[in-house]
Amino acid sequence: MDTLLTTAFMTAFIAGTIAATLPLLLAGLGEQMSEKAGVLNLGLEGMMLVGAFAGFAVALESGSFTLGFLAGIAGGMAVAALMVLACVVLPLNQIVIGIGITLGMQGATSLAHHVMYSESYPRLPRQPEFAVPLLSEIPVLGASLFTQNPVVWLSFALVAVMAWLYRATNIGLNLSAAGEKPAALDLAGVGITLTRSAAVLTTGALAGLAGAYMANIGAGLFVPFMTNGAGFMAIVLAMLARGRPGWVLGGALLVGVATSLTTALQVAGLNIPTDLVQMLPFIMIMIVLTIFGRRAGLPAALGHPYLRGAR
Amino acid sequence: MRARSRDALRALAPIILALLLGGVILAALGRDPILFYTRVLNRTVFNASGLQEVAVLMAPLLLIAASLIVCFRAGLWNLGIDGQFLLAAVFVAAYGPALVTALPYWVAICALMLLAAGVAAAWAALPALLRAWHGVNEIISTLMMSFLAFSLSAFLVKTYFGDPENTVPQTLVLPVEDRLPRIAESLVHVGVVFAVLAVLVVHLVMTRTAFGLRLRIVGHNPRAAEHVGLHVPRLTLAVFGISAALAGLGGAIEILGVRGVVRADWHPGFGLLVVPLVFLARFHGVAVIGFVAFFAVLTIGGESAARRADLPNHFLLVMMAMILGILALVDHLAARAKERG
Repeated sequence: MDTLLTTAFMTAFIAGTIAATLPLLLAGLGEQMSEKAGVLNLGLEGMMLVGAFAGFAVALESGSFTLGFLAGIAGGMAVAALMVLACVVLPLNQIVIGIGITLGMQGATSLAHHVMYSESYPRLPRQPEFAVPLLSEIPVLGASLFTQNPVVWLSFALVAVMAWLYRATNIGLNLSAAGEKPAALDLAGVGITLTRSAAVLTTGALAGLAGAYMANIGAGLFVPFMTNGAGFMAIVLAMLARGRPGWVLGGALLVGVATSLTTALQVAGLNIPTDLVQMLPFIMIMIVLTIFGRRAGLPAALGHPYLRGAR
Repeated sequence: MRARSRDALRALAPIILALLLGGVILAALGRDPILFYTRVLNRTVFNASGLQEVAVLMAPLLLIAASLIVCFRAGLWNLGIDGQFLLAAVFVAAYGPALVTALPYWVAICALMLLAAGVAAAWAALPALLRAWHGVNEIISTLMMSFLAFSLSAFLVKTYFGDPENTVPQTLVLPVEDRLPRIAESLVHVGVVFAVLAVLVVHLVMTRTAFGLRLRIVGHNPRAAEHVGLHVPRLTLAVFGISAALAGLGGAIEILGVRGVVRADWHPGFGLLVVPLVFLARFHGVAVIGFVAFFAVLTIGGESAARRADLPNHFLLVMMAMILGILALVDHLAARAKERG
């Protein structure tokens, strides 16, 4: 067990955990907002991919990671705008459109990658990081825990911001009403279209940022289909979290630890089958569902378009 | 008659529009759209072996469609089809070679089909029970079970079900002569016929029998179903069992008919592609055959046309997405036109 406690092992483990957790956290927080407002957004994976591609392309051209992240956000929001048009402005089927968006963006980003980068396969240089003063100087673990890209700090802060938004503001109340009883919100004089559109666009922004993080920080390059189901994982985490941002963080960390444990254990020379370790988070989620799953935790109007006057 | 031709137009217009839009994209990329589509058709519809390949690809897709029709009509979201399909395929690939040598051929095939249906249904049992007794959302639980099944399948193929002689992690190979018999010297195996029959039977059961009516009532309004005395939890279990078993049969047909082997990294992910097709066919078993056929033509023809045009074949995903978007839009416009009379 000596190998488990070496600095090299812990550094690889922590870096891997954060790299796996962060996209899930950001996309999960985004999906949570859209689900709260009554829009089941199955296009999340597509939004992440476009964010990844746009973020990578802009960071590569401009040499600026900040611009790259902004482009990722913009890319995700552009895709979200499609979802808004189809499922908020028009009452089209959210599941069909969501799957369509994911499929279409998988194809579009892979096509764009083929046209632009399939011959050169460019990579980004290492990203700037921000070390928290003092804390990052703690021996052994300090450096790996507290030296991170600013996006990481922002994302953890976002959990608290979201929790405050849902618990203590009118915006949070409006979002819940749009998901639970849209007619009541409409009667109160708040536009459902506006509320839901804002929620879905925020989802797009966060999913785009998640994708850009995956490409620019996690991998340093864009590969077609690189999100590899992370969007769907994030959807499940958001559903399980029942509207609590802290639970999204917990779930994302759980999956992140399990993902990174595999690689880190292999680095440490222990040969545990990867496939079994990867099953851990899902088994845990199923156990949680079995024990605590009695109460349905999803908004009443989730997946239903709002039509004024319709019953 | 006019209503029927209007329905047909409604189904075809989006496909035509999407093909046109796809042509515009192709032209923008500097490819000749007419040449592209001609190649798609030449590779499939106007080509005997291409047409047979289309039929072969349709078999697993149709069984998945049948599986989805059952659960969607009953208002349940079994999104774990990919896991049920894969796990069943892995068990069939693992036990297939031994069973066909130990038992008379058709007995072995029937046993393998039952095994596939049983494995898939067992895998759906936990989400089904959670849904039936505790009302746990089945979208989450079936998706989770699906992710679990992917890892479990890979693990099994690399360990207990693996072929130790092979450096690539994969199961033993079912010899070509032991795969499902082909019809009249063609590529088309009897599994294709089985799949078409399965969709039609599912359609008839769902639309023409008392059992199907009960399921549809549960789907429309579970509380009303309780009021008329239906045992909703029991019906929920039945729906999950049937739906998963059909997906499992799809996995069995794919292994017994075409592949004969499962590699650890094999992961077809058909389910997500079939979900929209089933929606667009409005859960109608005959219409879904048409949509699945169109999809198979686009997949097989498009793959070859994309390769020859130096495009990644994922280009087809863009086309599928456009078809879905336009179909959803056309549906909405038609419904509104109907409302206004």
